Amino acid sequence: MVESAIVATGLVKQFGSTRAVDGVSLNVAQGQVLGLLGPNGAGKTTTVRMLATLTVPDSGTARVGGFDIVDQAHQVRGLIGLTGQFASVDNRLTGFENLLLIARLLGQPRKESREIARTLLERFELADAADRPVQGYSGGMRRRLDLAASLVGNPRILFLDEPTTGLDPRARRQLWEMIGERVAEGTTVLLTTQYLEEADALADDIMVIDHGRVIASGSPEALKRQIGTRTLEIRPASPDALAATAAIITELAGVAPEQQGGRLSVPAGDSALLPALVRRLDEHGISPAELQLRSASLDEVFLALTGQAPAAEDESGEDEG
Amino acid sequence: MSGTGLIDGLRQTGSLAWRAIVQLKRNPWELGDYSFQPVLFLLLFVYIFGGAIAGSTDAYLTFMLPGIVVMNMMFVTVYVGHGLNTDLTSGYFDRLRALPVARWAPLAGRITADLVKQGWSIVLLLGLGWLMGFRMDNPIWGLAGMVVLVLIFALAFSWVSVLVGVVARDPEHVQLFGFTALFPITFVSNVFVPVETVPDWLQGVIMANPVSVLTDACRGLLLGGPWLGSALITLVWAAAITAVFAPLSVWALKRRLK
Repeated sequence: MVESAIVATGLVKQFGSTRAVDGVSLNVAQGQVLGLLGPNGAGKTTTVRMLATLTVPDSGTARVGGFDIVDQAHQVRGLIGLTGQFASVDNRLTGFENLLLIARLLGQPRKESREIARTLLERFELADAADRPVQGYSGGMRRRLDLAASLVGNPRILFLDEPTTGLDPRARRQLWEMIGERVAEGTTVLLTTQYLEEADALADDIMVIDHGRVIASGSPEALKRQIGTRTLEIRPASPDALAATAAIITELAGVAPEQQGGRLSVPAGDSALLPALVRRLDEHGISPAELQLRSASLDEVFLALTGQAPAAEDESGEDEG
Repeated sequence: MSGTGLIDGLRQTGSLAWRAIVQLKRNPWELGDYSFQPVLFLLLFVYIFGGAIAGSTDAYLTFMLPGIVVMNMMFVTVYVGHGLNTDLTSGYFDRLRALPVARWAPLAGRITADLVKQGWSIVLLLGLGWLMGFRMDNPIWGLAGMVVLVLIFALAFSWVSVLVGVVARDPEHVQLFGFTALFPITFVSNVFVPVETVPDWLQGVIMANPVSVLTDACRGLLLGGPWLGSALITLVWAAAITAVFAPLSVWALKRRLK
């Protein structure tokens, strides 16, 4: 059995009268990616801060890389890399200087430090901007540098706290690729995100967290299965055919479809529904403009679990100037 | 892996001090504060007020130069708190804390960098003073003694700045608070005028001000005259400020990082 990279049991953190984290337990096997998914203020960041030795839990224990996060904090710090909303880069240094400083702080000799910095800048496509102050970087460049900074010590375990919040889709996808490369090399990752798409894209397992508690966990697929079945959606090419189509669906599925604009949707538990529907529509000479069978989205999962919609994509958690 | 022993800690402090110095390249206004503001003060006071206060600009330059070095030292300490607060609010401090480095290195790095900045402003002011005609009467030990004394006091007073840096909401507030507090502290002193020229009741306040005591010591060390007594009182002040503000700052920092 492979030893777990991160194990936490009953972590609690209280701020004043608020329980930011209320008994979170988790387990991440080596080389796995766990996504902590939840809205703002759910307790994701506080959980990561405890595991990264930045704040001491009020109760509960955790081991990271086999070391206790309180009693062996120094050893833990030697194994981890940290990126995200609370671990930033220095705006007033260049990209190169930022990485150089961290390499020096990690005890690398001068020459090696320069090499590490250059290599990472190259790898994160920042070589051209290496000698420019970070102040002038775009949001995506900053995040890439941030990720590079957390990799200077070649950590076995990586904490990514909302790594792509506030980035445009292209920059986000680029960062995902870079994280994916690390995962492929065997790095264990604990990721927090408000974006369901992000957890879906990166994580092997997802824990949904709300008000400091874990409310669901499992693989992205299992979570989707847990919540809802698949949905069949159809939009007839001609609006006149809506009523006839609805009648056919009612007959086949045994339940009336929901209508939204020119679109009908119905839960499709039976996989025979789609081919049957296609045949019947053909018989009636109705041609669909759109027809699809889709799994429940993670947004629907989230809504079902927490009773609230997840943060909207454009509601960035921080200001990207 | 890097360690947290004394040697490792000092090396890390060195790297972090380097960082604070390199930052200056990107932030010329901060360098300007160490440089242009005191230079402007020196020029304005000597050539505009000097004749009126001391009878001649030369006499006033001799009187005021040690004082303006002290005053400027006080203002430069604000940047310890400013830099620390910037790191705390931006999250950079967390990045440092998540590294396997000595817990005291980030703060020590800031303070070390501040001493370098202090040294730079002292050299700048004394150099300009020399060009304007300032001459010391004591041999070089007087100058050395003055620089050491000013740096010791700067080190102690940095803890006040650290505390402000820890409790302030953002860097702008550190600056605002620093300058608002420092103007009365440095002006209600003997930096610009001889203490005999102010009302009696104020003389007591002025001479109780450590800025005045330190300025007295600096004048004595550069120009000849008594300095030992005021130098000792300065050291007592430095020790007292450190004894109060260092533990307070560390406590506040731990609280903020909770």
